Amino acid sequence: MTEPSPKELAEFQDQVRAFLRDHAPKPPRFRLPDSFMEVGSDEQFEYLRDWQAKVYAAGYLGLSWPKAYGGGGLPQVFQYIVDSEMARAAVPFMVNVIGLFWAGPTILKLGTEAQKQRYIPKILSAEEIWCQGFSEPEHGSDLASAQTTAIRDGDDYVLHGTKTWTSLGAYAAHMILLARTDKTAASKYQGLSFFLAPMRVPHVTTHRIQKMTGEHGFTETHFDGARVPSNCLVGAEGEGWSVAMTVLLFERGAEGGQAGGLAMVPLRVEQVVALAKQVKRDGKPAIEDPIVRDTLVRFAIEERGFQLSGQRARIPGLAGPRPFAVPLMGKLRMSEFRRRLCAFAVQLQGANANLYSGDPNAVADGAWQRGYMNAFSATIGGGTSQIQLNILGERVLGLGKG
Amino acid sequence: MENRTAAFDFTDDHALLATTAHDLLARRSDFGAVRSRVQHALGFDPDLHRELCELGWLGLCIPSDLGGSGMPLSALPCLFEPMGQRLLAGPYLANTLASQALLIAASPAQQRAVVPPLATGAELASVALYESDGSYLLDAPGLTATPTPSGFELSGQKTSVLDAEAVQHVLVSARLGGELAWFWIPTAALRGRISRERVIDETRRSFRLELSGLTLPATALLEGDARRALEHVQRVAWLVVAAEMAGGSEGVLALTVDYLRTRTQFGKTIGSYQALKHPMAEIMCALEEGRSLLYRAASAFAKHEPDAEIALRMAKAQLGESYAHAADRSIQFHGAIGFTYECHAQLFFRRAQWCEYSFGDPLHHRRHLAELMWPRG
Repeated sequence: MTEPSPKELAEFQDQVRAFLRDHAPKPPRFRLPDSFMEVGSDEQFEYLRDWQAKVYAAGYLGLSWPKAYGGGGLPQVFQYIVDSEMARAAVPFMVNVIGLFWAGPTILKLGTEAQKQRYIPKILSAEEIWCQGFSEPEHGSDLASAQTTAIRDGDDYVLHGTKTWTSLGAYAAHMILLARTDKTAASKYQGLSFFLAPMRVPHVTTHRIQKMTGEHGFTETHFDGARVPSNCLVGAEGEGWSVAMTVLLFERGAEGGQAGGLAMVPLRVEQVVALAKQVKRDGKPAIEDPIVRDTLVRFAIEERGFQLSGQRARIPGLAGPRPFAVPLMGKLRMSEFRRRLCAFAVQLQGANANLYSGDPNAVADGAWQRGYMNAFSATIGGGTSQIQLNILGERVLGLGKG
Repeated sequence: MENRTAAFDFTDDHALLATTAHDLLARRSDFGAVRSRVQHALGFDPDLHRELCELGWLGLCIPSDLGGSGMPLSALPCLFEPMGQRLLAGPYLANTLASQALLIAASPAQQRAVVPPLATGAELASVALYESDGSYLLDAPGLTATPTPSGFELSGQKTSVLDAEAVQHVLVSARLGGELAWFWIPTAALRGRISRERVIDETRRSFRLELSGLTLPATALLEGDARRALEHVQRVAWLVVAAEMAGGSEGVLALTVDYLRTRTQFGKTIGSYQALKHPMAEIMCALEEGRSLLYRAASAFAKHEPDAEIALRMAKAQLGESYAHAADRSIQFHGAIGFTYECHAQLFFRRAQWCEYSFGDPLHHRRHLAELMWPRG
């Protein structure tokens, strides 16, 4: 592949802009979720699925994935252009996040030819939604202790156990599943296998879990003898832990190869600045308060720091002595930033900060209050912030394990 | 047009320069060398200084027709980041600021006369900006110049003048007829007027100048754009000190991490305890982000982009806090040894303090950033 010329890239950017201008979906009557972890109603899901299908049909998703499996076969830079234009245009995110960002890249990297042909095109088109079966009721951060079993029976494996915090569990066709195939293995890591498990088969049931906001967004998934064909294994039996680690690299953005698109609605400091201009504290616009200004500047510096770090990490000469630091820290830094920024946006509202969604006087219908609560989905999901700090301390700084 | 503009101006020349500087200073500026320079009157090692002059470091961003290497200003961090990491002080900051200020404060003819020796290190200069009120607002100096038949007479003092005993010239800001003006003064004329300040960073040499009653010839007045020179020299200072702070953060992080990986208590390396591991990971994140802000500031400044001032102030503010915090935690995480003079953490701590409060502290820069980003009506 020859390097695309600046002119070629500029023309492509103009095309993307025109597409987004002409085809961005109209805002719905109902409230849209801020992330795939908050998709809680059928109308939300269908709206977002249709948008992803439209983006893919127009040729703006999976641009760097191989053509043979429905991708664009182009250099990654084309997808970066699409993604940044989508952020600029503030269009909705791509709903099939688990498929596009971590299940898909894992299948492309470690899956069989048949698996790539079977699954990848429908990940892109959103015909098949994916969910993730890693956490269990008794094992969250300690993933390797998963107890769901997959016992070989002829050409199938038979599943027993429960997975939980399954985002999109109510809509998914497939689950990337970590299950124990050997309870007698020498270490807990060796007994695990990795499956691309069908969700719409007998003996799989899902139950919606209500979140702290009162909304829905994830499920608990029960396996009571469901059968998975052995050709759904990724890697060999017993190699599930290393496949799961690959998944986590993709999930946390530490390894490239994602299909692209927005994974969630970005929250920008500018939005909180707009709020600070609008709300009053003790009779004056909050933006005039010197402490509010100072806090906003701190947030703006942090935001700029992430944006620039993402770009810097792609330039080998500027990556610094720890090239893995920036990719590994992104999830921690951005999720914690979002949580604190939402909390600050609530704080700006003074006595009105206590009004919640549904109250006629709530600021922005309580979006900031709800956003603050929902922000924990990212500081906890995908490995808690405390686990991320362990990873950074141990793998990047080389500090001892606890 | 985010995708059409490179955020970072970084060429092979930058990479080569940075690698050379890192390698050289890793060899020539270990902690033993740093501590021996602390004892040295002028605060630098003459042999190393000659080598740096020969490498062209003093004239790095001075135009080639004035004897420099003509690199863009974005090259400054390539030198000053490793200098900060290896705690090198010396007259490089002072000479860089003075020569950069001259490029605007002096007329072309004056520049041809005074800049070339500064580019090679044949002569050195410093810059006198600050006064005893400790204000960061430098556009209305308290030092005044009054015209006399033969030139000018000064009245007032300057503080925080770096390396005044090592340099041959000082570029001094003063008020002349209500306007900002720059004077080019040979240090030979300042005998008895220079007294050393005791500053927290013992690797630095900083001086107070008593200038009342000093008479200057008419030629001492520089004839360029005084206000723009002040703006420029401050921006250079923000960039260079931010680079020093990024390097210093790297240095103190390495020192602390080494200790946390080797020191054991209760049968485990202390770095395995999350109470120490997690803050170290946060410190590393802040450094990585600070470094990104630094390189962006360098590029925006070098290319005269509209967001240059914002980018520079962000880098100076963020690294000011993050370096000071990294050094603060280094003292604490070393335990009792960290509280001793012998422990190298204090070298970084003192340097971090000096950098944080020199050329605008984080609070100062954030206040200006707020006005730049969200001006009040």
